[in-house]
Amino acid sequence: MDWQALTLSVKLSLVTLVFLLPIGILFGRWLAYRQFFGKSLLQTVLALPLVLPPTVLGYYLLVAFSPNDGFGLWLANTFGTTLVFNFQGLVLASIIFNLPFAIQPMQRAFAAIPRQIREAAACCGMPPRQVLWKIELPLAWPGIVSAMVICFAHTLGEFGIVLMVGGNIPAETQTIAISIYDRVQAFDDHSASIMSFSLLLFSMLTISITYWLAERNQHTHV
Amino acid sequence: MSDSAIHISLQQSQPIPLAVELECHSGELLALVGPSGSGKTTLLRAIAGLYRPENGNISCQGEIWQDSTRKIFLATHQRHVGLVFQNYALFPHMTVLENIQQAITHLPKYQRQAEAMKLLEKVHLDGLQQRYPKNLSGGQQQRVAVARALARQPKVLLLDEPFSAVDQVTRRKLYRELLSLRQSLAMPMILVTHDLEESNLLADRIALLHKGVVLQTGTPEFVAAQPKTATVARLMDQQNLFTAEVLTHDQVGQKTCIRWQGMILEASYQPRFAVNERICWMIQPANILLHRRGRPSSGDRENPLQAEIIEYMESNGLANMLVRIDKALNTNIAINVPLHVAKRNSLGLHEKIGISLLAEGIHLMPYQALRREV
Repeated sequence: MDWQALTLSVKLSLVTLVFLLPIGILFGRWLAYRQFFGKSLLQTVLALPLVLPPTVLGYYLLVAFSPNDGFGLWLANTFGTTLVFNFQGLVLASIIFNLPFAIQPMQRAFAAIPRQIREAAACCGMPPRQVLWKIELPLAWPGIVSAMVICFAHTLGEFGIVLMVGGNIPAETQTIAISIYDRVQAFDDHSASIMSFSLLLFSMLTISITYWLAERNQHTHV
Repeated sequence: MSDSAIHISLQQSQPIPLAVELECHSGELLALVGPSGSGKTTLLRAIAGLYRPENGNISCQGEIWQDSTRKIFLATHQRHVGLVFQNYALFPHMTVLENIQQAITHLPKYQRQAEAMKLLEKVHLDGLQQRYPKNLSGGQQQRVAVARALARQPKVLLLDEPFSAVDQVTRRKLYRELLSLRQSLAMPMILVTHDLEESNLLADRIALLHKGVVLQTGTPEFVAAQPKTATVARLMDQQNLFTAEVLTHDQVGQKTCIRWQGMILEASYQPRFAVNERICWMIQPANILLHRRGRPSSGDRENPLQAEIIEYMESNGLANMLVRIDKALNTNIAINVPLHVAKRNSLGLHEKIGISLLAEGIHLMPYQALRREV
């Protein structure tokens, strides 16, 4: 078992979640309640990572982050930093890659709250921020948690994008999925099978939690 | 303009047309009635600040909630409104007690529970405070919604078809409860309903809405008996609506005669219509007398007509009949008499009867084409 790779994967997943939680809530809520020009186009762009092969997305990100020109060059000149083949680059790539997995379930969760419930809260004298805290978030919480669980599991097992943007640098960008690939390449089937089985168990656990939350939500509020 | 009332003046052409001038006094229950899509709920939402009409002024108990010319528009949470939603909109993740406590913002936190319990008692729900909304019946949910609306100490109480989601037995019970509860309420109350029976029973005044326009306001009895136009009469479910022309006015005898289907009918003196002017007229079934067979009475002299019963239905202690007038073969009139009267006179399908249209009950209105005469 490559503990270093596992730790790096867990760290990457957790840091990604820290960013995705507020992004998902803000965007999900915004898309659920507001109608505006270009909404479908925005939703299409946000959904792209669902259908795009991870290596394709990884390739574009690699090009964009490249310090030779464009955004990467600006980043290098302004902040003296780069986003390729390091942990920060991986985090940004993970956030972009996970956007639809975070936003879509949260959008559905907010959209499922009847408009009258939010209006009733306003009639009770709650200003919008209180409506969010006291009414919307508790009601949308199961959707938010299940989105977070999926994003966590997704990041933990991500291969294509990580390899493209981060490469395979132990302790810096070598996540567990890449480590498994590495082990197989090195004919170390034993380690590969232990790590694969651990990821399999973890995936099953996350899916069970998601289903359990969905069911619990139905029982509580209907 | 009294400060203890709510004043509403709204004008808008798009997307939902609105032309509304209304006032509702403290302790008064005003019903907004009208068919689906007439703008009743939009109007209620505008009062609550949930909908922002283009132009308008809303002030309540001295507070300005909306004034388009001064660009004032208070958000819903800044207006003290109590709103009972059609489906109650209780917070599903909170207990009954917590639902009510949310609206008690005027008291310090430690007093809120006691206040909520008082309100629960008021709506006869004490003992159910720890239940979640999903474990309550429709009637109980409605009571929680009313308690929550009152918990805000609202300056106006708004009720959006609050009885439409419960069965008839519960509905009658809730009517009685609202009637007794409103004795203790001092704020203006506005009820949206499409049920005329409900507005008759509960409201002091009604405002009849059609396509976003208030066509007439007044007591339910007045609007039903003296509609301004044939459209109002139709929306008030008046079946006996016809066209005729004015024949003569008799100021001394206080009578106006009209010609209808070749017959001359006497109506009460209504000189605002010119002689020979085409008009619409109506009569409520309650103003049609049934001649007692073999025993004519004094009322029989007023506009006597011979007719045949072509439809006969018994419901709620009344015999509802549609009769065809002998001298006007294509014209039917709806009448109803107490069931015991119908039985005593052996009324039934195809029976020949004599009726009188009471002159006082014949109400004239400006002419408009009627789609179909009943």
